Amino acid sequence: MPDKVILKVKEMETYIGQYHILQGINLEVHEGYVTVLIGRNGAGKTTTLRSIIGLTPPSKGSVEFNGEMIHGLPPYAIARKGMALVPEDQGIFSQLTVEENFKIAMYKEDKQTLDRKDWILDIFPDLKPKLKLKAGSLSGGQKQMLSISRALVNNSKLLLIDEPSKGLAPIMVETLANAIKQIKDHTTVVLVEQNFWLASEVGERYYIIDDGQTVQEGVMADLIQDKVLQKRYLGIGTKE
Amino acid sequence: MDIFVNLTIAGLSTGMMYYLLSSGLSLIYGLMGVLNFAHGSVFMYGAYAGVLVFGLTGSFTFGIIAAIVVGAIVGYTMERLVISRVYGQHLAQILLTTGLMLVLNELIKIPFGSNILPAFQPEALQSSWQIGEIVIVKYRIFLIIIGLVVATILNAVMAKTKLGMTVRAGVQNPEMVQVLGINIKKVFSFVFILGSALSALGGILMAPALGAINPEIGLMYQMTGFMVVVIGGMGSLTGTLFSSLLVGLASSYTAYVYPDAATAVIVIVMIVVLLIKPSGLFGKGAE
Ligand SMILES: Nc1ncnc2c1ncn2[C@@H]1O[C@H](COP(=O)(O)OP(=O)(O)O)[C@@H](O)[C@H]1O
Ligand SMILES: [Mg+2]
Repeated sequence: MPDKVILKVKEMETYIGQYHILQGINLEVHEGYVTVLIGRNGAGKTTTLRSIIGLTPPSKGSVEFNGEMIHGLPPYAIARKGMALVPEDQGIFSQLTVEENFKIAMYKEDKQTLDRKDWILDIFPDLKPKLKLKAGSLSGGQKQMLSISRALVNNSKLLLIDEPSKGLAPIMVETLANAIKQIKDHTTVVLVEQNFWLASEVGERYYIIDDGQTVQEGVMADLIQDKVLQKRYLGIGTKE
Repeated sequence: MDIFVNLTIAGLSTGMMYYLLSSGLSLIYGLMGVLNFAHGSVFMYGAYAGVLVFGLTGSFTFGIIAAIVVGAIVGYTMERLVISRVYGQHLAQILLTTGLMLVLNELIKIPFGSNILPAFQPEALQSSWQIGEIVIVKYRIFLIIIGLVVATILNAVMAKTKLGMTVRAGVQNPEMVQVLGINIKKVFSFVFILGSALSALGGILMAPALGAINPEIGLMYQMTGFMVVVIGGMGSLTGTLFSSLLVGLASSYTAYVYPDAATAVIVIVMIVVLLIKPSGLFGKGAE
């Protein structure tokens, strides 16, 4: 593919305390596509996203974002370069109102940003009547919507989303799939997802992470066909 | 009745001073998990700076300004030189800030010695009002008013400004604040300086109520300050205000009935609150 590579991770290694969690992560994320990271529980998917945005800084390797080396920068500086994260626990400020959750994320409150917020609220209309409420009062699905919405208000170039389907009812997962399809026309997405239906519904390229390493990559359509690979790394199709 | 009113006014006014001292402690812990054992020294420096400038100029207002300026400068220096190097390291924070407290307490003795320094009330506030049997000390009312004004301003800043929003968010999830592109260390430095200035303001305002100051008042008030923060809930300004007044009143009433127990009663209040709600009255739940 002759597309632009917006994120390039090379031989990234990360320690948490004395534990060598990531031991060689390699990624090439193409602009305009949804790249899915899959792998068993504890494989290192969350740590990969956190290392890219600087929350658990890598000790080795490089992270190149939009043509710039960003490893070693503090998270706020990386975010300012146009990267946003929807963390596994959603990271909602429950004591703040829904509106304030948007506000705190906004770099500017210009017309563009406010228009973008309207566009986001059209994708997630459930949030509209809740703007003045404490975010803590939202349902699990609404919190996930808020977390994704908040990550979109600044027109970030890259959106990292960590297991958004976790704990959601099937109907919510469908809503989420539709939302991601609308979002991807505006923003490149890296999606960590264990729900294979959602991953195959929105994913275009994939990486498999196992034991802190990227072990496979390719086009999502191929993985959907490849039962052997699915069984080997994702435990899909086994009864254990 | 008159005794009760007097004890209540004394308790509320002392409580307001606890609030000035503790609000900074509470916010810096809530925001960055930083325990500052030199916070009381800033209170004491505020008292000395204010008393000195008041003595030299005859203007209590100048004394207050001097205290705030000195508090902000000491706070800024402390944050840059010490605190910013030990983020996230509790043991190092406790050791370093305790060391800092000892150094600051010794340094003040070089110009002032370790004896007490008398502290006077400004002339305009020296008298009292007499309503029947009840004698109301003007200076105490002045302290309550200042406390209310500061609390109102702080609450408005927390509720209405982006800085306040960031602080409230940061107390809950500092990592996420960073991910949203905000340099939380900058926010923290600012809050630290503000907290130090408020502590110093508490020092100069408390001094005339005590009648005299000495280098030990920092440590003395800091212990109460920490208990106030624990009772109210780390990181909650509303909790700190509520708990400051509670502690002020409890020790004021107890001091009348049984003076020896005035400090013990604060400890008892703290134990009771922690047994019922381990995160403090207004603290975020221990999730
Ligand atoms: N704070 C931590 N301390 C120690 N080990 C951790 C920590 N966070 C994650 N790990 C370990 O790192 C590995 C990868 O975790 P994670 O990235 O969360 O995996 P995934 O998101 O793929 O489920 C797991 O074995 C987990 O136990
Ligand atoms: Mg995970």
